Amino acid sequence: MKGILKVAFKLLVNDKGKYAALLVGITFAVFLMVQMTSIFSGILVKSSSTVINLGADMWVMDPAVNNVASSIPLPDYVLDAVRSIEGVNYAVPLYSGAALVKLRNGIFQPVTILGLDDNSLFGRPELIEGEIEDIYAENAFIVVQDTEVRKLGHPTVGTEFELNDHRGVIVGIAKVGASGLFGLPTLYTTYSKAIQYIPSPRFTISYILVEPKSPEAVPHIESEVRRLGYLALTKDEFMEKIANFYKYQTGLGTNILIMTVVSFLVGLSISGQTFYTFILENLEKFGALKAIGAKGRELIYMILFQATFTALVGYGLGVGLCVLIIVLAKIRVPEYSATVTFTTLAFAFVMVLIIVAISSYIGIRKVLKIEPFDIFRG
Amino acid sequence: MDTAISAKELTKWFGEGDLRTYAVKEVSFDAYFGEILFVVGPSGSGKTTLLSMISGILRPDSGTVNVDHVDIWSLTPDQIAEFRLNKVGFVFQDYHLFSRLTTAENVAIPLILKKKDWDESIRDAEHYLDVVGLRNKAQLAPVKLSGGEQQRVAIARSLVTQPDLLIFDEPTASLDGDTGRRIMEFVKNRILNDSRCILIVTHDSRIFEYADRIMRMEDGKTVGIQKRMDH
Repeated sequence: MKGILKVAFKLLVNDKGKYAALLVGITFAVFLMVQMTSIFSGILVKSSSTVINLGADMWVMDPAVNNVASSIPLPDYVLDAVRSIEGVNYAVPLYSGAALVKLRNGIFQPVTILGLDDNSLFGRPELIEGEIEDIYAENAFIVVQDTEVRKLGHPTVGTEFELNDHRGVIVGIAKVGASGLFGLPTLYTTYSKAIQYIPSPRFTISYILVEPKSPEAVPHIESEVRRLGYLALTKDEFMEKIANFYKYQTGLGTNILIMTVVSFLVGLSISGQTFYTFILENLEKFGALKAIGAKGRELIYMILFQATFTALVGYGLGVGLCVLIIVLAKIRVPEYSATVTFTTLAFAFVMVLIIVAISSYIGIRKVLKIEPFDIFRG
Repeated sequence: MDTAISAKELTKWFGEGDLRTYAVKEVSFDAYFGEILFVVGPSGSGKTTLLSMISGILRPDSGTVNVDHVDIWSLTPDQIAEFRLNKVGFVFQDYHLFSRLTTAENVAIPLILKKKDWDESIRDAEHYLDVVGLRNKAQLAPVKLSGGEQQRVAIARSLVTQPDLLIFDEPTASLDGDTGRRIMEFVKNRILNDSRCILIVTHDSRIFEYADRIMRMEDGKTVGIQKRMDH
């Protein structure tokens, strides 16, 4: 079998023009599919950046919340009620909101403010400069060193700014796992300072971050919070809720899906047609092989091998090209959100297998139908 | 001489009902090891259909074909493919060489189909290219060769499995007279032996002198088998 596959390989790659056209088709399709889905994954990761960065196991919120940025303030009693639920190790308030910072040069810049629980500082970021205790100092803020920080003029420890007519000063620089979706710099402070600096409605708790005593306690906590009229979600459930919001309620998911389907169809048509032409041009040769003594299944193996080999090379090139484009784009546009995930790669791989299966099926049908007698007859 | 092929009452038709046309009708003949049998006749006389049934390519509608005492049409499709691979060597009219493979790789194909090791197959192929005088062209693509050289490559491919039965379809149709005669000289003197039977379908009367016997066909029937007088 190895020998006949080697013949198939040589027939394929020695026909450089056709082989290149086949590769271009598959590569282009994979590139577009991976690119589209990577952009979507990137958006989803960024949309859940606060959830990822704070790292709380459970989040309590108003049931109407559909993404982190659109929090609905919770009454203070909910915090006490949650703390009293059996299975809760501890529960702390989180302030999450937006504010306008006036820089030294007079420019206003919207920012995201995260106010951490004063006692525990639960969810605090990892500092790369400064000390976390300094967050308790007067007017103290910690700035996140991400792609958006340049919008604050690359502040350093000691940089001063104005926030709602209050003086603010940077006391630390932090790094986080993911930056936000809306292109805003992020400032951390304490919960008490956040509600003092930012005009707040009657209730001020954006979310309650909960640490359950054990994973087994999660269902009980969720049901008890539900009885209070609120919603408790694990970190993953909250991220899924946010993803579903962007997928199904913003049109973003549908658009990406349409683009992905178009990419698939473009790839399928280019590759399918080229492969079909390749088979047609070699049809007589396949017939001659049949006449000489090749069995039908050997010809099927040859075609499957050719299609699979092309698909795998095209898949590798497509993924490589996509990664290259993302890397280059991120160098040029730091906010560019695209993340190549295993799911994205697996999805594109399955799509490529479908392209291979359809292209091979057409080729195999044609080859199995050719009669050696037709070759003999000329 | 031993009987290589025994065909009895071979019949093949195409179409059904009023449209049924007999390509070959009740043809019987024997061919022997050590001979070259020409099958001649006008276009549409059934020569190629007859050879296809004898070589295990086209199933007859009635009649039997015994090759080396084996009734080939009683075999399974896979066994018939094996039969063609092991017992029959084909030289097609258009040669059907793979332009994307080297000459040696083209010749090696039947061995590769027999699952012989690649390098060994190429070595054997080079030996047969040597036999047909093309050892120095082993690494060239067939498109770089002349018509006569391509014909010889096709002959080398048909010989590489050392088959008992060689089938040539219009071997000189696209060659000039001198090249055609040289090819036939080569077939007669170097390819034919006592354990091999060669069947040649041709229109080309210039090469009739190389036949041991000539079977004439018309309208799907044998109209006579003529032995060459100098035999």
